[in-house]
Amino acid sequence: MKSITENPVYKFLLFPIGQILIFALGASVVLSLVTVLLAFIFKFNVTDFDLVERTMLILPQVVINGVTIGFVYATIALGYTMVYGVLEFINFSHSEIFMVGGIVGIQLMAYFEHIGTLATMNEYLVIALAIILAMVVSGSLAVVVERLAYKPLRGAPKLVPLISAIGMSFFLQDIVRLILSLTTGEFNVILPKFGTFDEFWKLAVPGMEDPLRIQIKSAIMVGVAVLMLVGLNYLVNGTKVGKAIRAVAQDRPSASLMGINVNQIISITFLVGGTLGGAAGVLFALKATKLDPFSGFFPGLKAFTSAVLGGIGNLTGALLGGLVLGLLESFAASYLGIFTNGAFGAEYKDIFAFAILILVLIFRPSGLLGQTVGQKA
Amino acid sequence: MGKLLELTNVHSYYGHIHALKGVSLYVNEGEIVTLIGSNGAGKSTSLRTISGIIHAREGKVLLDGKDITHAEPHNIVRMGIGHVPEGRGIFPKLTVQENLEMGAFTVNDQKAIKDRLQLVFEMFPRLKERISQYGGTLSGGEQQMLAIGRGLMLNPRILMLDEPSMGLAPVLVDLIFDIIKKLNEQGVTILLVEQNALMALSIANRGYVLQTGSIALTDDAAKLKKNEMVQKTYLGIE
Repeated sequence: MKSITENPVYKFLLFPIGQILIFALGASVVLSLVTVLLAFIFKFNVTDFDLVERTMLILPQVVINGVTIGFVYATIALGYTMVYGVLEFINFSHSEIFMVGGIVGIQLMAYFEHIGTLATMNEYLVIALAIILAMVVSGSLAVVVERLAYKPLRGAPKLVPLISAIGMSFFLQDIVRLILSLTTGEFNVILPKFGTFDEFWKLAVPGMEDPLRIQIKSAIMVGVAVLMLVGLNYLVNGTKVGKAIRAVAQDRPSASLMGINVNQIISITFLVGGTLGGAAGVLFALKATKLDPFSGFFPGLKAFTSAVLGGIGNLTGALLGGLVLGLLESFAASYLGIFTNGAFGAEYKDIFAFAILILVLIFRPSGLLGQTVGQKA
Repeated sequence: MGKLLELTNVHSYYGHIHALKGVSLYVNEGEIVTLIGSNGAGKSTSLRTISGIIHAREGKVLLDGKDITHAEPHNIVRMGIGHVPEGRGIFPKLTVQENLEMGAFTVNDQKAIKDRLQLVFEMFPRLKERISQYGGTLSGGEQQMLAIGRGLMLNPRILMLDEPSMGLAPVLVDLIFDIIKKLNEQGVTILLVEQNALMALSIANRGYVLQTGSIALTDDAAKLKKNEMVQKTYLGIE
C-alpha cells in the first residue's frame, strides 16, 4: 500500500500549497501578535488617539500588503538560492534579470496600447502574455549571462565569479539604459493604464466594521506567484531534470559520474531562476507602475536578504524568508510612524530589511531553516 | 577476450603536479584487474583519467580500441564505464531510491531501470530496508553498498571501484569483496583500486603496482602475491 506522501496530487499540489499557506498565515499571525503587543506597550506614549484601536484598524490591510510583496520577494529569492545551491556563489546580476523582465512586460503592454488593441483585449490575457514574454526573455538572458560571465570562471576562486556578477549587473543596467535611450529616449518605463486591476474586491468580515479591501492586482500577484512556486516544486522534486539539479547541487563530480551533463544542468538552473525572476518583474511592475534601469537593485537586494534569512541554498527557506521580509517591511512602513508619534516614517522601512540581513549574518548565518540544499553529509 | 580498456603511456597533471608519468595498462573483457600502491601513487588519478574527470595531456585512453581520451565524463558514462569514486560520492540529501535512480540517469528504458533496481536489492537486501532514507543517514558500509549498487544501475561494461574497503569493519570488507567476485562471475569486468593489497590480489586475475605515477610491476595476481618486493612493501610480510 502506498502512503499518502507518495500520492502525486498530495506531493505536488496539496503539500506545497499547504506549506505556502502555513508560512503566509504563520508569519502574519506572529508579526501581528508582536505588533499588537508593542501597541499595548507604546499606548501610554500616544495620547491623541487609542493606539491599540488604530493598530487593529489597519492591521488586515497591512498584512495583505506584506503578503503580496512577500510573494514577489520569494519568487525573486528562489533565483538567488537555486544558483547558490548549484554553484555556491551569489548571482548579483539576478536583480537586473528581474528588472529586464519587468521592463519587457511593460513594453509589451505599451506596444498593445500603441497599436490600439490594449483597450479591447482581455485584460488577463494581456497580463499573461506580458508574464510569458518576460519569462522567456529573462530566462534566456540568464542563460546567456551564465555562458558569458560565469562559465569561463568555473575553476576560479569563489570571489572571482562574484566580482564578475557585480560587473554583469552594472553592464546590464547600462545596456538597458542604452536600449531605452536609443528607442524611446525615456528611462522611465510607465505601466499603461488598462483594465480594472486598481479596483478593490470588498470582503465583508464578520465582526469588522469596514469590509476587507483586496486590490485585484494583489490577488493576481499572489496567484501567479503561488502558481510559479508550485510549478517549481514539481520541477525540482518530481522530474528527472529536478533530481539532476539536486544531484549537481549536492556533489558535482559524482553527478558527472552518473552521466549527468553538469554544464547543461547549470544552464537549466539559470534558465529556471531567470524565468522566475522575469515573472516576478512583471508582478512587481504591476505594483510599482513605473520602472527604470535601476529599479532592480532594491528589490533584488531585498530578495537576496530573504534568501539569506531563509537559509541560502534552501528553496523552502527562500519562500519563508520572502514572506517574512515582505511582511516585516509592510509592518515597519505602516506602524513606525504611528508608534513613534511621527518621529520615524515609512521611509525607514528599508533600514528594517537590511538590519535583518546584518542580524541574520551575525547570529544565524545558516538562516531560519538552517541548512543548504547542497549540504554535504 | 579482447582488450576492453587500454591506457597507453598516459600523462596526467593536477595543475603543475605531474601525477601520472606514462602509465600503460589494459583490462581484458571479463577480468578483475587491480591497481595497488601507496598513497599518492596515482591509483585514483588513473581512474579519474579514464572517466574523464581529468584529461590526459599525453597518451591515450582507449575503450574497445576507440579513443576516449578527451571525451567528457557524462559521455564516457554513456559508453558503459561505471566509476564508484573514492569516498563513495553518495548524494546525502537524495533517498536511497533516488540515489539508485541517478545511477541509471543515462538509461531511458523504464522497465530496464525497474529490473536493475530489483537486481540491486537482491544483491543488497539492506538497501531495500533503507529505500526511503536519505543517503547521508546511512552507515559507512551501507553507503558503500549504495555506491556499488548505484554503479550497477548503469549495467556497465566495466566497473571501476576506488577503495571500496576504505573505512569499513573487517566483516563488511569480506562482504564487499564477495560481492565484487560475484559480480565478476556474472560477467562484469572490474578495475579495482585498493590499499588492502592482500584482499585485492586474492580476487584479481592480474595486478599492477603503481609507484609515484608509473607502473613499477605487473603480473598475474597470484605471482604478485608471492613477489618479494610486493610482500615487503604492500603486504607487510618481512
